[in-house]
Amino acid sequence: MSIDFSHFDLSAAAFGEPVIELRGVSRVFGTQTVLRDISLTVQRGETLAVIGESGCGKSVMLKIMMKMLEPSHGDVDWFGKALRQRSERDIHRDRLKFGYLFQSAALFDSMTVFENVAFGLRHNTGMSDSQITQIVHERLRDVGLPQSASDKKPAELSGGMKKRVGLARALALNPEIVLYDEPTTGLDPIMTDIINELILRTCERQPVTSIVVTHEMSTVRKVADRVVMLYPLSRLQPDEPQIVFVGTAAEAFSSSDPRVSQFVHGQARERLQELAAA
Amino acid sequence: MASVPALKPTNTLVHQLGQTVVEMTVAVGDLALFGAQVVRLILTGLPRRGVMTQTFYEIGVRSIPVVGVTGLFIGMVLAIQAYDQFHFLHMETKLGAAINASLVRELGPTLAAVMLAGRVGSAMAAELGTMRVTEQIDALKALGANPIQYLVVPRFLACFLLIPLLTAIADAIGILGGWMIGSQVLGIDSFYWWLHSKEFIAIYDVQCGLTKSFFFGGAIALVSCYQGFHCGAGAEGVGQASTRSFVWSFIAILVLDFFLGVFQSGLYYVLWPDPVSLF
Ligand SMILES: Nc1ncnc2c1ncn2[C@@H]1O[C@H](COP(=O)(O)OP(=O)(O)OP(=O)(O)O)[C@@H](O)[C@H]1O
Ligand SMILES: [Mg+2]
Repeated sequence: MSIDFSHFDLSAAAFGEPVIELRGVSRVFGTQTVLRDISLTVQRGETLAVIGESGCGKSVMLKIMMKMLEPSHGDVDWFGKALRQRSERDIHRDRLKFGYLFQSAALFDSMTVFENVAFGLRHNTGMSDSQITQIVHERLRDVGLPQSASDKKPAELSGGMKKRVGLARALALNPEIVLYDEPTTGLDPIMTDIINELILRTCERQPVTSIVVTHEMSTVRKVADRVVMLYPLSRLQPDEPQIVFVGTAAEAFSSSDPRVSQFVHGQARERLQELAAA
Repeated sequence: MASVPALKPTNTLVHQLGQTVVEMTVAVGDLALFGAQVVRLILTGLPRRGVMTQTFYEIGVRSIPVVGVTGLFIGMVLAIQAYDQFHFLHMETKLGAAINASLVRELGPTLAAVMLAGRVGSAMAAELGTMRVTEQIDALKALGANPIQYLVVPRFLACFLLIPLLTAIADAIGILGGWMIGSQVLGIDSFYWWLHSKEFIAIYDVQCGLTKSFFFGGAIALVSCYQGFHCGAGAEGVGQASTRSFVWSFIAILVLDFFLGVFQSGLYYVLWPDPVSLF
């Protein structure tokens, strides 16, 4: 079998080549439509922030991008090739280029912190134990966890620590594309900034592409090249697009669309009444 | 999972029955596909050694006590229960043969499997269900592991290979338990006890019993892992998956026992047309 490596030729990997593309993706759970006709292209090397209120489908969209959920309609492309047309083995190989930070951290609770971070390395590389130990400790240091944490089980960690272990695990394999689901939720302001810096540093290691779902405007300001805002379908007309904003962070903060400006400036106005009425 | 065609919500008995039949058919089909996937993955390569040994230890070694107790009591109860009839016929010395035959052919494999469906099957369903609910199964995928290969293959192999071994242990302890009651409490002569057992029980009986337990082991693993993988949301979903895995494993054991029993008896008469009589 010949393998096409042309996508990963670094000289061709300049900014602008599509890495993940959603084409007309919809997702339905039971009777509830969560995503409707989403089309979005993520370019190589960019950092895309996804914002939108709780429950609008950000996590679902991220999982569809990663092929952990199937879209009900529409197609997902990785590196310009539709997932539908790929074999399972092909998908499996390309998936290793992705790192995914779960909103809930999703640590393996039967394993120690060390084993969690080491999992991808052990499972997919032939590295020796000492190499793995070195990488794991480096990753844990990057996210500000002391060496003493590495023998603990996830149940013994605080929420913010779990998040950081999840982040260390997502970055362990040096992925080309990192999907962060709320990397800083539940962290204190200092730790939030440390993680922001970590995301930035990871992005600088070209050609890393990042997609960051976040509610933290400091993260958006600091890391995002481009911002996408999703809106809950329940408050849209059937013909309105669900992506209500695409643009740079600066444009998002100066947007005249009330849906966007209220969100980025954190003003509720009459939303509580609306939410209760819905 | 294949989707169940939505029927009109007309709630008559016939509709409910129809819906149930459709759902069951889909579930059985799904389970078969799941099993085929597991077998295919076993053929393409096994998970790391550490993963396998841990599962084998948990399922095999840690089940020895419950299986031993199960066997012991079946043997002892059979001796107590059957003694009166044999005594009435003045054939006490053949009690051992009857007990040992039913243990080896039927009760040992079936009851050991039921016990293990409770101890091992429910635990597997709950464990995998919790992993599903807390997104750990998604995390396995994200880290480049195939969840079926990583989670189901070791459990399937452990159940398939070790439940027959555990059954053999249950049989042996059951035979000892029956003999203990028979010779020590009921005062039956040990020499004739073993002599009649030896005459009456053929290797074929032992083979039949152990063959069944391979099937039981495979069924317990597939049903339980399937329930875990298709677990509903939250603690409630995990609880349901665990209960269901036991109920469906139990049903699978009974159904398999029936059909394998029919098959094995048929085979016996083909191989040895003159049956050996107990009396
Ligand atoms: N597995 C699932 N089964 C059924 N419904 C689901 C499932 N996953 C998500 N949903 C529904 O999809 C909607 C969007 O969920 P999602 O987790 O994507 O929200 P979100 O935008 O990430 O919100 P938050 O910011 O709070 O994380 C929710 O209404 C949720 O009820
Ligand atoms: Mg979310």
